[in-house]
Amino acid sequence: MQIVSQLLFLVALVFAIYLFSRRVLGIRRNILRGRDAALNDQPGVRWKNVLLLAFGQKKMFRNPLVAVLHFFVYAGFLIINLEILEIMIDGLAGTHRIFAPVMGSLYGVLIGCFEILAVLVAVSCAVFLIRRNIIKLKRFISKDLDGWPRSDANYILITEIALMLLFLTMNTADQVLQSRGAEHYLLTGNFWITGHLTPLFSGLSDGTLMALERGAWWLHILGVLAFLNYLPFSKHLHIVLAFPNAYYASLLPKGRMENMPAIQQEVLYAMQPELAPAAPATDNVPKFGAKDVYDLTWKNLLDAYSCTECGRCSAACPATQTGKALSPRLIMMKTRDRAEEVGRHNGTPDNKTLLRDYITEEELRACTSCNACVEECPVSINPLHIILQMRRHLVMEESSAPQEWNMMFSNIENNMAPWKFSPDDRDAWTR
Amino acid sequence: MAEYFANGETPEVLFWVGCAGSFDQRAQKITRAFAEILDKTGISFAILGKEESCTGDPARRAGNEFLFQMMAYNNIQVLNNYGVKKIVTACPHCFNTLRNEYPELGGHYDVVHHTTFLQQLIDQGRIKMKEGGTFKGKKITYHDSCYLGRANGVYEAPRQVLETLDAELVEMKRCRSKGLCCGAGGAQMFKEEEKGSTRVNFERGHEAISTGASVIASNCPFCMTMLTDGVKEAGREEEVKVLDIAEMIAQNLQ
Repeated sequence: MQIVSQLLFLVALVFAIYLFSRRVLGIRRNILRGRDAALNDQPGVRWKNVLLLAFGQKKMFRNPLVAVLHFFVYAGFLIINLEILEIMIDGLAGTHRIFAPVMGSLYGVLIGCFEILAVLVAVSCAVFLIRRNIIKLKRFISKDLDGWPRSDANYILITEIALMLLFLTMNTADQVLQSRGAEHYLLTGNFWITGHLTPLFSGLSDGTLMALERGAWWLHILGVLAFLNYLPFSKHLHIVLAFPNAYYASLLPKGRMENMPAIQQEVLYAMQPELAPAAPATDNVPKFGAKDVYDLTWKNLLDAYSCTECGRCSAACPATQTGKALSPRLIMMKTRDRAEEVGRHNGTPDNKTLLRDYITEEELRACTSCNACVEECPVSINPLHIILQMRRHLVMEESSAPQEWNMMFSNIENNMAPWKFSPDDRDAWTR
Repeated sequence: MAEYFANGETPEVLFWVGCAGSFDQRAQKITRAFAEILDKTGISFAILGKEESCTGDPARRAGNEFLFQMMAYNNIQVLNNYGVKKIVTACPHCFNTLRNEYPELGGHYDVVHHTTFLQQLIDQGRIKMKEGGTFKGKKITYHDSCYLGRANGVYEAPRQVLETLDAELVEMKRCRSKGLCCGAGGAQMFKEEEKGSTRVNFERGHEAISTGASVIASNCPFCMTMLTDGVKEAGREEEVKVLDIAEMIAQNLQ
């Protein structure tokens, strides 16, 4: 019987890890479909960003109350995973609480800490559910999240609460069994939280308690493995990708737009023809700006997969706040959707593009390039970079611009100013 | 600049006026106010005059990189020919482009925004303010422009300059890195807004007015236009004035 359970555990574990790795490699492939971008300079500053922005969740603390709750869930999730290590060893070796005898009284302290965290995680998740579904914060009821994204968020919170409750149930049943001297249930001393919950189960028989303890143990670990595989299909992937995303975030001033060396060269040759090479270096005409995910950088696509759809960007966006079609959160969600779609048919052309099939011109035109979205994002996403690259495509590949912008272009070209004034009057203010 | 150059002299600083500062009637007043401060404090400065061109900022933000690169190429040629080292400008868009985008293209200058420049002059004691100036005790709110604030992290210098006016500085809820855009950036200044429930400058205008301030201090000629319209829309243009920080200082120089 014991060996069957160990084998089942092994099969579940291997299967879960196999599925997870396959999905992770798929996402990696999707991200690397983006164009190259060198983001490896100044490793010292980049590691500092990982520490402050990802580990320290610095941006979250712009709203301290929510930040503390979020920190409980995050710390709880990370630290309670130490307990998973014991569960794994127990499951594979057929032991029960293998660390208990080794660690002695320290074991009770450790589990006690886990239990406190488990309660904090469950309470915080409950508060988050209330914020989303009862208080209905504006950014959570936005139409951006209609359909799957809204359910996704709720599933995650409910699963986390369920996992924590299973952990606490398991420990409570375990202690009642210990007090009755049941076989296999070695004495650990009272745990800090569940030690007080034992009266709840005192009326149950040994058999029921064992079923409860084993059931909670199995559901907990199977739940964790299932959640592991849900993660990369969900917005919750941010718990992993926030770290690389903080590392690779741009270190330049936010106001600086990415240069286009190809165009810089072309302008140089136009101005100083003597510098131009006799024959064009290559026959491929470079593409300007971004029409599809292939034209974006891999960092833009990593951004898209890191997005947890919290909507802080859109809540701060002047366009979103004044009812325009643009929402930076949707820009990221649509980019991810498109990257997924391209991944599903392995990059074979499908007559669709990120531009128009996902993101409309109206959305792109509404952006004021104010950087509020970039400033707000807790996981270092830059929606503005995507918007500006797509604008470049519209103007330079399709000559698609509002009439007023075309006038502005021609004024700059002919009068050296965006308005139709004579360049001779540029110093008229001195008179 | 050509005159200094012909005489073999180097002015302390080049004042980059910008298109709005040169042509927009309201912004010309800012330009004159800032030039007056430079004059009164005895700072030798030059302008490029007819040789100055648009930095290319709106073209680049709209997506027209060719035009941007052409403008940048020409401006950098002119600036480098004169051996310009230090530039001050009253426009945060010009400031951002000259400071952050020209170096990659071969234009390396020490670029400061006029509010930072004013703050330095105050710190050095070169600007002396009148006692009991025109803003003494008045409520002032300051609008962070996106290209000075978030884009370049300059939040304190303009506020320090305003402090010398002995006024009461009241902040809007959305200020500093949370500041709401005026609606002009990203080349929006040059086109009709996309359809929505309201205009960005109306939203910002209302927020500024709701602080109860009688003056909205700005640091950008485009914010100036947008906020002035926002205040007009609310019908409060009699009681609430939108002024550039340079104008406020110029009015109160000793």
